[in-house]
Amino acid sequence: MSPLSRREFVTMGVAAGAGLVIGFYLPHGSSAGSGAFAPNAYLKIAPDGKITVVVARSEMGQGVRTSLPMILAEELEANWKDIVVEQAGASTLFGDQTTGGSASVRTTWDPMRKAGAAAREMLISAAAIKWGVPRASCQAQNSFVVHAASNRRLSYGELAKSASALPVPTDPPLKQAKDYQIVGKSLPRIDTPSKVQGTAEFGIDFHVPGMKYAVLARCPVIGGRVASFDDKESRKISGVGYVGKIGDAAVAVVADSVWGAMEGRRVLNIQWDEGPNKDLTSASIYDALKKSAGGKGATLYSAGDVSKASGRRIQAAYQLPFMAHAAMEPGNCTADFRGSSCELWAPTQVPQDVRDAVAQATGLAADQVKVNVTLMGGGFGRRLEHDYGVEAALVSKAANVPVKVIWTREDDMRNSTYRPASYHLLSATLDGAGWPLAFSHRIVSPSISAQKGSPGDGGIDPDLKDEASLIYSFPNSSVEYVDTTTPVPLGWMRSVYALQAAFASESFIDELAAAAGKNPLDYRLHLLAKDEDIKYFDTVWHTARMRGALQLAAEKAGWGKPLAAGHYQGIACFGCFNSYMAEVVEISMENDQPRVHRVVAAVDCGQVVNPNILEQQIQGGVIFALTNALRGQITIDKGRVAQGNFDDYAPIRMNEAPAVEAYFVPSTEAPTGVGEPPVPPLAPALCNAIFAATKKRIRALPILT
Amino acid sequence: MPDFTLRVNGSERKVSVSPETPLLWVLRDTLQLTGTKFGCGAGLCGACTVHLEGVAVRSCSTPVSQVAGKNITTIEGLSPNGLHALQQAWIAEQVPQCGYCQTGQIMAAAALLAKVPQPSDEQITKTMTGNLCRCGTYDRIRRAIHRAAGGGQ
Repeated sequence: MSPLSRREFVTMGVAAGAGLVIGFYLPHGSSAGSGAFAPNAYLKIAPDGKITVVVARSEMGQGVRTSLPMILAEELEANWKDIVVEQAGASTLFGDQTTGGSASVRTTWDPMRKAGAAAREMLISAAAIKWGVPRASCQAQNSFVVHAASNRRLSYGELAKSASALPVPTDPPLKQAKDYQIVGKSLPRIDTPSKVQGTAEFGIDFHVPGMKYAVLARCPVIGGRVASFDDKESRKISGVGYVGKIGDAAVAVVADSVWGAMEGRRVLNIQWDEGPNKDLTSASIYDALKKSAGGKGATLYSAGDVSKASGRRIQAAYQLPFMAHAAMEPGNCTADFRGSSCELWAPTQVPQDVRDAVAQATGLAADQVKVNVTLMGGGFGRRLEHDYGVEAALVSKAANVPVKVIWTREDDMRNSTYRPASYHLLSATLDGAGWPLAFSHRIVSPSISAQKGSPGDGGIDPDLKDEASLIYSFPNSSVEYVDTTTPVPLGWMRSVYALQAAFASESFIDELAAAAGKNPLDYRLHLLAKDEDIKYFDTVWHTARMRGALQLAAEKAGWGKPLAAGHYQGIACFGCFNSYMAEVVEISMENDQPRVHRVVAAVDCGQVVNPNILEQQIQGGVIFALTNALRGQITIDKGRVAQGNFDDYAPIRMNEAPAVEAYFVPSTEAPTGVGEPPVPPLAPALCNAIFAATKKRIRALPILT
Repeated sequence: MPDFTLRVNGSERKVSVSPETPLLWVLRDTLQLTGTKFGCGAGLCGACTVHLEGVAVRSCSTPVSQVAGKNITTIEGLSPNGLHALQQAWIAEQVPQCGYCQTGQIMAAAALLAKVPQPSDEQITKTMTGNLCRCGTYDRIRRAIHRAAGGGQ
């Protein structure tokens, strides 16, 4: 399978989802067995009343094992206590199973609702037939069908067998939002007890009988290869078995224990062919980005003609570094290759891509590869790559034994894929009152999808289509993208290009407000005052919804009201993944460094499925973004990633963590994304607060160097 | 390989591993107690926190030879039924997102509460700053510790 951008994966998911409305229904009884009712691939109701909901997205902390079943249970009129969750592995029944793009709720909202509603209608019919009463006189509630007139009721378990014999409705009626009893409630997450008791099984915890452990020595220089290796010392380590090359650029050490494999690798003697990038540095990468800035750009958006505006001209350049996901669970995967089959236990956001990539790498057919999806100790986009799975399969094949491959923290930091570094040119023309007549943003960045072999149409990385939007009413505006290349491996990291685009454009809006001598909130509200639809490719943004989120954040933060002595606020707003997000950051300065006390975030993400999980996502996104803003920098020296562990790539800890308050605009619009939208506004809001405190404008991240 | 006798969660366990093997890997791979997590291997993140004679230690940086005969408690042995006051508070406050670091967080908090039953915000921050969480659950961790300490929110 050719590599696709994450956006294309997600788009495929939407398309497949629409087809699935009919397509996912299994023939009657095909998986029903033992009297269970399984009208579609998402749902099984057993005669004992147990309701199994299959989750075809991966759980990496964002709560899909709770939120997706809630959507189905709502339409099913199920008692939430009857629900048990089953994790789907790589399958052909669910369309695209990619977990990314803040899309899990967005893309399963319709299929999950329809799956629940179809089953509910069938259960009602089954009861009506049994009682010989009109369907309309029966009601589904709380895992029962009730006939109020005769005071009779039958449980879903009792009805399971007879419901199985009925035709599956293709277009069942859906509930009105005002009648929701599960969706919109802060139900406790299903996975919490196991996660506090230590019984939750992450990928790294999986155990296959007879399994060995492997670590790989990978070339420290980007693009380098193994020239030769000597494993004499490694083989002296107790428990070390197979040692051998995997691909061109790595040597695997397989042992009876993780520690044995690590010790075996420590004494492995490898000569590297460092290849063409051995002199690469961060400075040379930034120089190349700046040099590209004057090149031809592709148009992401254009309104009016920015060149025709005349007035006061303001310009600025912004720069961002490479960043690493650094999920808490280091990379790992367990594989059992058996000649004509391979089974994997993978903490992955892309089970189907892992299946296809493993098939290609091992010479098997896709249907000979079985991918089980485990819990993930964080993903943040790093587990959109299939490398962990392919490595595990190749090592298992080479060593002829089930193998768990583990990456150490240093492996994960140094041989990863990274958020692209970028450079941004902004310019604006202001009228006499300081309002923008023209606004332009030129984004210079290597393309993730192009590096992976799928350049987008017209030289535009597909992710940029939704991640560089300006949701303001400018009379003339332009957003352009200049594609560049880099040998540094690139990956999709939480909010992808939106972090870069928002940092540049929302900081620059603040510069304009300052130049105009206006309050940064009022300045933005003026640019959002008119109700306007702004179309970026397939996404239509509404200024009214951005305005609503901005006003909510400002109101809850007490914008403009007196603050504690020495405290300052900054504000920013941004739309991405179909959601509208605004944040207010409150800081003080201590020893010339910002101390973040409070972050108030407000989102319009349509219908909220579970406010508790939404709040988690906002708190998590803000803290994640704070690491990016303050210290999240990967640098390159002599072709190598300079950082290695949590000392030199140091995420926010409790002593630096602000209180994060999360609010949402009540809405019954279809749900949009929440995993990534909280990330982009944080850095500009923080830097705008620093400007309020110091009059110093920060135009490059990280803030602390 | 030499034998070591460990006292893990109240039971004597005999293991045969090289003396410098970190306790983390003995717990996870030899004894299959996988609630203790590998995060950094360098004592930087706290995901591997266990109790050694009641004191929180980083099992990734503790050689097995140093803990022979001593009492080791892991998340699996923190309470007989998985309902330590902190575990209940963690559920009540809905702390975990991905959950990977949370067992280490709970072990660090449990050692703190054993010493300081009603810790102040400052005491909580001082102790818990050793434990990383990439999902950013710090607000809720603090609330859960206060709740378990009987201070409500």
